Amino acid sequence: MRKWLRGALTASLGLTLAVISAGGQTRTYRAPRTADGKPNFNGIWQALNEAYWDIEAHAAAPSPVLELGAAHAVAGGLGIIDGGTIPYKPQALAKKQENYANRLKLDPEIKCYLPGVPRANYMPYPFQVIQGPTYIMMIYTFAGAVRTIYMDEHKEAPADSWMGWSNGHWEGETLVVDTTGFNDQTWFDRAGNFHSDALHVVERYTAASHDHLLYEATIEDPNVFSRPWKISMLLYRRLEKNAQIMEFRCVEFVEELIYGHLRKKPSE
Amino acid sequence: MKHRFLVLVGGLVVPAAVTWLSTMPVAGQARSAGARTSGSSAKAYTAPHTPDGQPDLSGIWTNATYTPLERPKNVTKEFYTREEALELSKRAASEEAEQTEPGTIPDVHYDFTQFGLDRSQGAMALNLRTSLIVDPPDGRLPSLSAEGQRRAAERAAARKSRGGPHDAVQNEPLGSRCILMDRNGPPMLAGAYNNTYQIMQAPGYVMILTEMLHDVRIIPLDGRPHLPSNVRQWTGSYRGHWEGQTLVVETTNLTDKFAFQGSSENMRLIERFTRVAEDSIRYQFTVEDPSTWTRPWSAEVPWKKDIGPIFEHACHEGNYGMYNTLAGARAEEKRAAEEAAKKRSPK
Repeated sequence: MRKWLRGALTASLGLTLAVISAGGQTRTYRAPRTADGKPNFNGIWQALNEAYWDIEAHAAAPSPVLELGAAHAVAGGLGIIDGGTIPYKPQALAKKQENYANRLKLDPEIKCYLPGVPRANYMPYPFQVIQGPTYIMMIYTFAGAVRTIYMDEHKEAPADSWMGWSNGHWEGETLVVDTTGFNDQTWFDRAGNFHSDALHVVERYTAASHDHLLYEATIEDPNVFSRPWKISMLLYRRLEKNAQIMEFRCVEFVEELIYGHLRKKPSE
Repeated sequence: MKHRFLVLVGGLVVPAAVTWLSTMPVAGQARSAGARTSGSSAKAYTAPHTPDGQPDLSGIWTNATYTPLERPKNVTKEFYTREEALELSKRAASEEAEQTEPGTIPDVHYDFTQFGLDRSQGAMALNLRTSLIVDPPDGRLPSLSAEGQRRAAERAAARKSRGGPHDAVQNEPLGSRCILMDRNGPPMLAGAYNNTYQIMQAPGYVMILTEMLHDVRIIPLDGRPHLPSNVRQWTGSYRGHWEGQTLVVETTNLTDKFAFQGSSENMRLIERFTRVAEDSIRYQFTVEDPSTWTRPWSAEVPWKKDIGPIFEHACHEGNYGMYNTLAGARAEEKRAAEEAAKKRSPK
């Protein structure tokens, strides 16, 4: 059943992706090649959307922190989900709502925890791709997160982790990354959308032009969702000549938040 | 779950032990291959090149070593014989495996014969040097400059004024806080475990992933200027270029929050990576910091090919140790206060 489903999804995604609509004109873009003849995705990329607040369509809303006023208010966004909403199972939807209500306490981003997949790809920070024939590395600004995509040594995740275990392969113009072995600690956004450790993400990266990647991911987690669902967005190349991934060692920024209550009181 | 755990142990630790054994004969050749002396006398090994023409440094490497940064006070020579070096490694390995007393809490927490915590279970280059420091020739850190002495005193005073080591998270060592460890550097030096690195190259970049703290340096090779001088980072601003077969990386823009052997934020670090054999990189670094030392100093560490994969090191996310350390200190204080109160009113 699961195998069949995966096959069907892969096939339908393959069809949609082979042809990319650009400016109303339908054509296939052929990316420049690396030395080993694969589409060259080396570069610094960044999503430009509001999904980091909420991957579902949402209106602007006040900041959850009074003092931050408009500076940290939620930007409205149209969402990145095919079909608009996440197909939660009823109990899971209740948990999502609870997560949302307690997001200042529960959102792993606030604690500088590794962001997981796919969230890392649409946080409001750039990430860099270093591409080789056997490994493709994705290095993220946030928390210095890193993913290794194994292009030949495909294997099952040896243990659960925050960023998962990623096996990749090429389908023509598309890099397909199959990631499992997640823990249940990461979220999809700041709105409490979540998953379990049964999460399975299949991502497809396809160059839409020299400076755009079409990013699509199919998300499957039978513990939380009633069916697999799909997100899609564009990733934009950071074209500044001096673009670089800056250090964002955020542990230092959250220590007082996490451990401050254990500080020795001056009176003692 | 248990099954997965066994896979991990089987996949990572056991082959590592095999690598250590096979390291011995290879390391024995090091002397004749020129690893004994640095630089020009090395027999001409030419690294393969990446498709964009860089000497190929890519792979999984380890800088694990038992060789101390500074030469021990009772040692006067620059090199051990091979027999002496092997004997010292063996002794260090057995001490490391037995550094906790059986049955004690530390023994349960850190069983160094398990999970690759003991360095000798993994790949390690045999280093004949008696210290990692190669210059000054006495193998020891140069003396502190006047400014360096003043700053060391200021730092000690500041530490004292912040209170006890467990009064607040900010008083704990950077490593325990999962912010920066000696494996990350800069410069990158081995510790007791997880001394594993992955190097990858793409046109215009060399990327070094340090297993510890999943820390990545993406070193640009395009000759771009350093970050503006007011932009300071824990690992600084690093820029690389090739000098023949050697990758040269210059690091500046460091912060005074991190002191390497007492260094200041003005430290300028030059690191050199040279592939000297199929399975070896020579890692050299020079520290220039007149704000700290009376002269520059240099060290050299052999890196050896290791086996992957490198697994995620989510240090901060699982830092129960930090919580327990601080909570334990507060509990101790509470108990001491209660006992003191009892003494004051003995009813």
